[in-house]
Amino acid sequence: MIEARFKIERDDFVLDVDLNIPDKGVTAIFGPSGCGKTTLLRAMAGLECCRDGYLKIGDQLWQNGKQFVAPHKRPLGYVFQEASLFAHLTVQGNLEYGVRRVPANQRKVSIDSAIELLGIGHLLQRRTGQLSGGEQHRVAIARALAVSPQILLMDEPLAALDLARKREIMPYLESLHDELDIPVVYVSHSPDEVARLADHLVLLEAGQIKGAGPIGEMLTRLDLPLAHGDDAEALIEAVVAEHDDEFNLTYVDFAGGRFTVTHKDLPVGRSVRVRVAARDVSLTLAHQSGTSILNIFPATVEALIPEGESQVMVRLQVGGVPMLTRVTRKSAALLELQPGKSLYAQAKSVALLS
Amino acid sequence: MMLTDSDLTALIITLKLAMVSTLILLLLGTPLAWWMSRTRWRYKFILEAVIALPLVLPPTVLGFYLLIALGPNGPIGGLMQWFGGQPLAFTFTGLVIGSVFYSMPFVIQPLQGAFAAIGPRPLEVAATLRASPLDRFFTVAIPLARSGFLTAAVLGFAHTLGEFGVVLMIGGNIPGETQVLSISIYDHVEALEYGHAHLLSGGLLLLSFIMLITVYALNRRFSLVRP
Repeated sequence: MIEARFKIERDDFVLDVDLNIPDKGVTAIFGPSGCGKTTLLRAMAGLECCRDGYLKIGDQLWQNGKQFVAPHKRPLGYVFQEASLFAHLTVQGNLEYGVRRVPANQRKVSIDSAIELLGIGHLLQRRTGQLSGGEQHRVAIARALAVSPQILLMDEPLAALDLARKREIMPYLESLHDELDIPVVYVSHSPDEVARLADHLVLLEAGQIKGAGPIGEMLTRLDLPLAHGDDAEALIEAVVAEHDDEFNLTYVDFAGGRFTVTHKDLPVGRSVRVRVAARDVSLTLAHQSGTSILNIFPATVEALIPEGESQVMVRLQVGGVPMLTRVTRKSAALLELQPGKSLYAQAKSVALLS
Repeated sequence: MMLTDSDLTALIITLKLAMVSTLILLLLGTPLAWWMSRTRWRYKFILEAVIALPLVLPPTVLGFYLLIALGPNGPIGGLMQWFGGQPLAFTFTGLVIGSVFYSMPFVIQPLQGAFAAIGPRPLEVAATLRASPLDRFFTVAIPLARSGFLTAAVLGFAHTLGEFGVVLMIGGNIPGETQVLSISIYDHVEALEYGHAHLLSGGLLLLSFIMLITVYALNRRFSLVRP
């Protein structure tokens, strides 16, 4: 468990947080620009001095009252928003800079595996000025990994990149998510990045924590802003069950049933995420048979909350998995929606993230 | 026409003076410039003004005060005598002290500018890569500021080469001891030995030009941001 408490006062804002972050998986610190995400991450790295702070990573105390472990003595990896490579060193020199300063018995990640994971083997002898923006970021991530950190802190590593570069790096980040067994704290203001990468979500607003928890739970909590608006969605952990060659489909199982999606070339047994937008889910009282919709699940209404003048956002439980649907207020009245009501949720489209 | 022995001696003293002064300035100026580029001290501007003074002050004014300070009755000269040494006016050591003050802005300013241009980010990156503050200074700050060092060294050296007023005030004009090239030229002109003056002046002009050409050319190649 990572315990962090910080109170940092600046001229124009105050960051006041107290949070516990699981020591496994990717935790996204999510919030609008200027909410204090980066300040929080810098405070965790010791780059932001704050007297009122407490930080414990597992059993290591990094900050408490007067005790303050200097940044260079903290076994962390940090990826800045800009690649920030050393311009006076080659790619290889950049990678080796940190590794050389880590005692041999603490080197768990070999420089070669970091190079391979980020696919930068062909760039080693280049000067940093000769790299594209995407390549620079990959080198920066490899450089942070190569010091065998016990925690990886990433400050919007994709924010400075255009869409094409984002697409170039995203697969590498996803493979980090699958292959690293260290906690990652990932600062982002992009819902898409969070949906793809995060296991846990900390919602930060104006220096305050609005909520924290597993991503599937956080996205569907009706008391949080994430579960509102056109982009409201549920993220559901699932496993590839089988492929249907005749119709070119893939079936993935989750706790509440089986999704049918268009064919994705993934091995059976592979963990995937399924994204179900609230606007794509409709409700019926009886199981529909004469419908083109394949993804129909028995569900129970858990809670509902007005969404604007004429709509209602409904949180459903589908076999213990939360899902959202947005219906008109009139439909809600006709269906007599209320907590505890059993009905069927049908999703007209779902997206597979992997 | 060949160099006379005394011209040769003056040349050697000049080069030695420029070299020693530049070295001292780099050694003292590097930590000072580093500190000035990083500190948020509110009165930093006063220190900056003091360092820039030799740029605008007539060298004779600087020389005059140094002469008083270094002489037997001055604070520094008196202190030297108290320790059983010689007063520093009219000695090579005195010249070095004078040159250090005289050329200070030419060394400190490029260094400070180069350090400031690095910004905090590369040092933070180095910190997250396990480098201690001293380690960061030597392995990140200095290499990234290298063009600033080249500029500082060459400007400090070249500026000391051309020193006249300060030397005349505190060094006198003792052949073999404190007589530097610029003063020999003056002497030759006074004695209407224009041939000698031409030779020395032309030599100094060429040397200074070559040095500056080298700096600007190298700085272009050193530049870490490529067009």
